Amino acid sequence: MDKRIGLNSIAFTLNGDSVVTRPLPGERLSYSLRERLGAKDVKVGCDAGDCGACTVLVNGAAICACLMPTHQAEGRTVETLAGLRGADSAAEALADSFAAHGAAQCGICTPGMMVSAVALLRSGTQLTEAAVQDALGGVLCRCTGYGKIIDAVLAAGEPHAPPQGDGHTGQPIQRLDVAGKLDGTERFGDDVAPPDALHLRVIRSPYHRAHFDLGDLQGWAGRTPGIVTVLTAKDVPGAQTFGVIPAFADQPVFAVSETRFKGEAVAAVVGSAAAMQVFDETQVPITWTELPAALSMSEALTDEAPALHADRPGNVMCKGYVACGDDEAALEAADVTVEGSFTTAFVEHAYIEPEAGFARMVGDRLEVHACTQAPVMDQEALAEILGVAPSAVRIVPTGVGGGFGSKLDLSVQPYLALAAMRTGRAVRLTYSRTESMQSTTKRHPAQITARIGATADGRLNGMTFQGQFNTGAYASWGPTVANRVPVHASGPYRIADYRAEARGVHTHCVPSGAFRGFGVPQSAVAQESLFDELADKLGMDRLEFRILNALENGTPTVCGQVFDSGVGIRACLEALRPAWAKMRADAQSWNRGHPSLRRGVGVAGGWYGCGNTSLPNPSTIKCGLRADGTLVLHQGAVDIGQGSNTAIAQIFATALGVPVDKVTLVGADTDVTPDAGKTSASRQTFVSGNAARLSAEALRAEILARVNADKGAKLNLDGDVIEIRDAAKTHRVALADLPADAEGYVLRAEQTYDPPTVPLDANGQGHPYAQFGYAAHLAVVEVDMALGTVRPLRVVAAHDVGHAINPNLVEGQVQGGIAQGLGMALMEEYLPGRTDNLHDYLIPTIGDIPPIETLIIEEPDVHGPFGAKGLGEHVLIPTAPALLNAIHDASGVRVTELPATPARVRAKLRERDHG
Amino acid sequence: MNFHERKLPVSASYFAPHTLDEAIEVMAAHAPDIVAGGTDYFPSRDRSPLDRSLLDVTRMPELRTISVSDAGWRIGAATTWTDLVRADLPPAFDALRAAAREVGSVQIQNAGTVAGNLCNASPAADGVPPFLVLNAQVELAGPNGRRHLPLAEFLKAPRRTDLQRGEIMVAIHGPPVPQGATSAFEKLGARRYLVISIAMTAVLIVLDDDGLISEARVAVGACSPVAQRLPGLEAALVGQSPDSPGIDADALPELTPISDVRADARYRAEAVPHQIERALQRAARYG
Repeated sequence: MDKRIGLNSIAFTLNGDSVVTRPLPGERLSYSLRERLGAKDVKVGCDAGDCGACTVLVNGAAICACLMPTHQAEGRTVETLAGLRGADSAAEALADSFAAHGAAQCGICTPGMMVSAVALLRSGTQLTEAAVQDALGGVLCRCTGYGKIIDAVLAAGEPHAPPQGDGHTGQPIQRLDVAGKLDGTERFGDDVAPPDALHLRVIRSPYHRAHFDLGDLQGWAGRTPGIVTVLTAKDVPGAQTFGVIPAFADQPVFAVSETRFKGEAVAAVVGSAAAMQVFDETQVPITWTELPAALSMSEALTDEAPALHADRPGNVMCKGYVACGDDEAALEAADVTVEGSFTTAFVEHAYIEPEAGFARMVGDRLEVHACTQAPVMDQEALAEILGVAPSAVRIVPTGVGGGFGSKLDLSVQPYLALAAMRTGRAVRLTYSRTESMQSTTKRHPAQITARIGATADGRLNGMTFQGQFNTGAYASWGPTVANRVPVHASGPYRIADYRAEARGVHTHCVPSGAFRGFGVPQSAVAQESLFDELADKLGMDRLEFRILNALENGTPTVCGQVFDSGVGIRACLEALRPAWAKMRADAQSWNRGHPSLRRGVGVAGGWYGCGNTSLPNPSTIKCGLRADGTLVLHQGAVDIGQGSNTAIAQIFATALGVPVDKVTLVGADTDVTPDAGKTSASRQTFVSGNAARLSAEALRAEILARVNADKGAKLNLDGDVIEIRDAAKTHRVALADLPADAEGYVLRAEQTYDPPTVPLDANGQGHPYAQFGYAAHLAVVEVDMALGTVRPLRVVAAHDVGHAINPNLVEGQVQGGIAQGLGMALMEEYLPGRTDNLHDYLIPTIGDIPPIETLIIEEPDVHGPFGAKGLGEHVLIPTAPALLNAIHDASGVRVTELPATPARVRAKLRERDHG
Repeated sequence: MNFHERKLPVSASYFAPHTLDEAIEVMAAHAPDIVAGGTDYFPSRDRSPLDRSLLDVTRMPELRTISVSDAGWRIGAATTWTDLVRADLPPAFDALRAAAREVGSVQIQNAGTVAGNLCNASPAADGVPPFLVLNAQVELAGPNGRRHLPLAEFLKAPRRTDLQRGEIMVAIHGPPVPQGATSAFEKLGARRYLVISIAMTAVLIVLDDDGLISEARVAVGACSPVAQRLPGLEAALVGQSPDSPGIDADALPELTPISDVRADARYRAEAVPHQIERALQRAARYG
C-alpha cells in the first residue's frame, strides 16, 4: 500500500518553477515556502487563517498558506506575490495602482492583499466596491483603514500619472520606499535570519500569577535531540530588570520564582530548526503552582490584594496631576453641570507582523536585527541587561510590519541577545500570534469619572477629572500615560478652573504601555461624551458648543501654556459645519421612515502634544555628499509604515533645495545613523523633520560658502558636479576634487533638534510640549435597534497638521487612525487569557470601515519644519467619542463601557425601554 | 550546513489516498489526524510538535461530488464552501449557500470543507443550522462498513461527535426537499468578515397559495451546546404570515444561550427571535 505521499519528497510548481521539498507531515505550506523554498514574500501573521497575510494562489484559488499542509500542494500550482510580479499583468497593474494610491503603509499585509486582488481580477467578476470587499475580506490591515486599498484595486489598470515635480513639502508624492512593499522584497523581522540560525522558543507562565520551580533544565536539554541550551533568570549577566523609563525599570527578562501575568517569560529554549519543529513544550521540566491573582483595578486596590511590587504600596504605580484655577468653586457656580463614569478595555495593537528578529555575535559585538520603533533605546537597554557598553551592541532595524507603540518596548531582543552570546551562533525568534498578544503591551483599560460645568451662555465653567489606568504587571509606558492624561483631559478647549488626576494601577495582567495616544483616546471618550450632554442640557448645537469653547491663539491651556499662533482646533471644528448640517438633516429625514434602523451624527474634538512631555527629546540627522555626487540622508527615524522615510526626505530636500529623487536614504542602524529618537508621540515629522531641515540648511550653507554664493542660490546636483546659480553667476563645484572623509563624504552636516519645553510644576503648570496638533471628527452611524448592531456610514475628519508635508501620507494616517479608533469604539476588547488570537479579538475588516473624507487644515506651527505638526496619534483621538456620540444621537442611549458591542448597545436600549 | 539537514527521528506519515477503502485502512493502521481544508485543524494545533500522522481526505473523488435528484440530495464530505457557492442548487439550499458565503473569508471558503465544519462540532459552526433545516443525515464509513445518522444525533456536545474510532465522514445527504421550499440564513457577528457568530439562524419554509406558512423548519446556532431545531416554534408558525409571525423569546425552550466573549446570554436570547423573523421574511421574499 503506497499512500504515503510525501514521506520523502513532494513536488509542485512554485511561481512557474518545479520544486521538490521534504516537509514534515503536518508542516504548513507557509513554513515550507518561507523556510525551505525561500519565498519570504509570503508573510505570516497569525498561523490561524485570521489575517490572510500568507495568502497564496493554489491552482488559482486564494488560500491561507498557514492552513494548508504542504503535502496537499503535491502536483499543484502555487503562486506567490513575488512570482506574480512580472509574470502576471493583473499583479503589475495592481502594483502601479497600490503605489499611486498609497495603499501600502507598513507593507506586511500587502502581499496578501495583492494576491487576493489578483484572484479577483482574474475571475472576471465585475469590479465594484462590494466585490473588492468580498475578495479582500480575509486579509487584515492595521495601518491603512482599507480605503486606499479598495481605491487601488478598483483603479487597477487605469493609467496613473507619474509623480511630477521636485517632491518638496506639500506634494503628495509616492512613498519613496514603496517598491519593496509591492514585490515582496522588503525584509521584516522574520525574514532576515541566516539559514543556519538556531531557533528560540520562550516558555511562558500558563497562569495569571504563579509560583514555579525549574527542574533540571540542562539535563532535559542534554537528553533532547537538537536542543542546544536553555536560558533562565540566572543567565542574565547585567541588570535584572528593564523598562523604557529608567526610574520605573521593573520588568525581569525572565521571572524569578513567581510570575505576575499570564504569558510572562520564565525560560528560553534554543535548538535547531528541525528540533523546534517537533519541540514539545510540555516536556520542559517546570512545576507550576497557581496563585490568587488581581486582574482588575478594583481587586488590585483592595487592602488584601497581593502587592505586585514591594516599593509601590497599594499597587499604585504613580500619579499625574494638573490643576489650575478653582474647579470646585467653578462647578458650584456653573449653571449646568454633567457628570459621568466611563470604562474602556485593554486594546491590542494587532499589527500584522508579530515581533521577530535574530541576533548574532560579530567579533565581540552583538548584532540584533529585529522590528523595532526605537533602535537606540533597544541598544541602551540591551547593554544594561547584558552588562556591556552600548557600543558593544548594534541594532539593525528590519522592516516593521506595524508598531503603533508596542514595538517601542523590548520584546524578542533580550532573549535573542542572551542566546546569541551563550551559543555564539545566530539565533532567531518569531513570536506566535498568541505569544505576541499575551506578552506585549496593550492600551491601558481606563476607569474615568469626570464632572464638567458651563454657564448659561454656553461657556465651560470648571472640570474635575479622575482617571485610573490598569497598567498591568509592569510599568512600561504607564507613567507617561499617567502624566499625559491630565494635560490633555480638558480636550482642546478653554477651561480656566480645572483639576485632573490620573493614576496607574498594577494588576496581574499583561503590561499596558504605549498605544497611539498614550491614554488620551480614553480621556477623550469621557470628556467628549460629557460635552454632548452639556450642550444638550444647555439647548445648544453640539458642534457650536465646541466651537464656542475651542482654544484659540492667546488663550491658556490647562497647563497655563499660551500659544501665540497655530492653535487650529477652531478651524477644524468650523470645517465640519457643512457636513454637520447636511448629515444631520439627512439622518433626520431617514429616521422618519425607519423606526428600527436609526441614523445619527456625532462630533468630537481632540488634541495631542507632539514629543515627550516636558523632557528632552532630541533627534539628530546626518547627511553627506560623496565625490560621485551621491547625496546621502542618514535617516534614523524608523518608518513603521507612517511614512517618515518619505516625509523626512521631503523636508530635507526642500531645505537643501534639490529634488527629492536626488536623496539616497540610509536607514536606521545604530552603527550608521545618529539617534533620531523613537518613533512615538507623533514626534518624527516635527522633531526629526526639524533635525533634517537643520542638517540640510547646514549642508547648503557649506556648499554656498565654497563659492560665496547668495543665500537664495539655486542648486543643481548634476552627477559629480554641483551647479550653484545666484543672481551674479553660475558656480560649479566639482565634488571629485574635494577630499573625502573616512565615510566617503566630501561635504557633510549633522544637526540636532530638541523641542523647547518647560518642566511642569507640582500643579502641572508649564510648557509640556512645544507644539500641539488638533483634530475634529464627525461620524454617521446606523443603529439596528433590535439587535444593537452599529454600522458606521461615514466619517469626516478635519486635521490641523500645520503644513501637510505629504497630503497623501496625511490621508493615510487619518484613515488608518480612524480604523483603529473605530475598532476601539465598537469591537476591540482584549481579555487576558481569553482573546489571545485574532478571531476572538476582533479588529475591523475591510467591510467595517465607512468612507472617510479628510479635510486638511494648515495653521502653521512656529516650531515645526515649514510649519508642520505631528499627526500620528491625533488621528484616532476623536474617533471613538464621535462614534459614541453618533450612537447616542441615533438611538438615544449613551454607551459608557467600551467597546460598544451589539450586546452592550442592546443592554442600554433595554435599560431605557424597561427602566 | 543546511538547517534542515540534522534530521530528527520522526515516525509520522502523511497519507493522501485516492479511494475510501485505502483511507479506512490507513485509519485502522495509523490512527492519524484527519485533515481536509485545515481551517480548524491548524488553528487548534498552533505550535504543537509535528509528530502526528495525517490523513488527507481531499483526494478522494467520491468525497467531492454534489448531486440533487428526486430521490434526495448528497454533498460529498470534502466539498468546500466555494464548491457549494458555485453549485447549481434549488432555493431550499439558499440558506446553506448563504452560510457558505459567510464562513470566514474567501480563503477559508476555498479550503474549508462541509464535513470539517460538522466534525469540528463548534457550537457556532455556520454550516450546522442550514443542514439541520434540510433534515441532513451524515454518512460515515469505518472498519465495519457505512452507517447513516441524523446530523442532530451526530453532534453530541461542543467539540464532540458520534464519530467512532476509525471512521471518516463520507457525505451529508438528505431526503428530497419539499416542493416550493425556500430558505434563508441570518448571521450576527460584531464585524463584517472573518467573524465567529454571536448567533445564527437558518429557516426553510413552504408557503401556501395565500402566502401563509404551510411548513416551517427553523434552526439556531451558537445559542445552545449544539445547534438546535425549534419544533415547537415550527408547529406554531404553520398558518402564519412570514411577515409578522410574532415570536416570543420565552417560547424557545430548546435554546440555552451562554455568556462568552462575544455576547451575554440575555442578548442572545433576545436577538434570536429577531433573527428568525428576518430569516422568515427573507425566505419568503426569495421564494
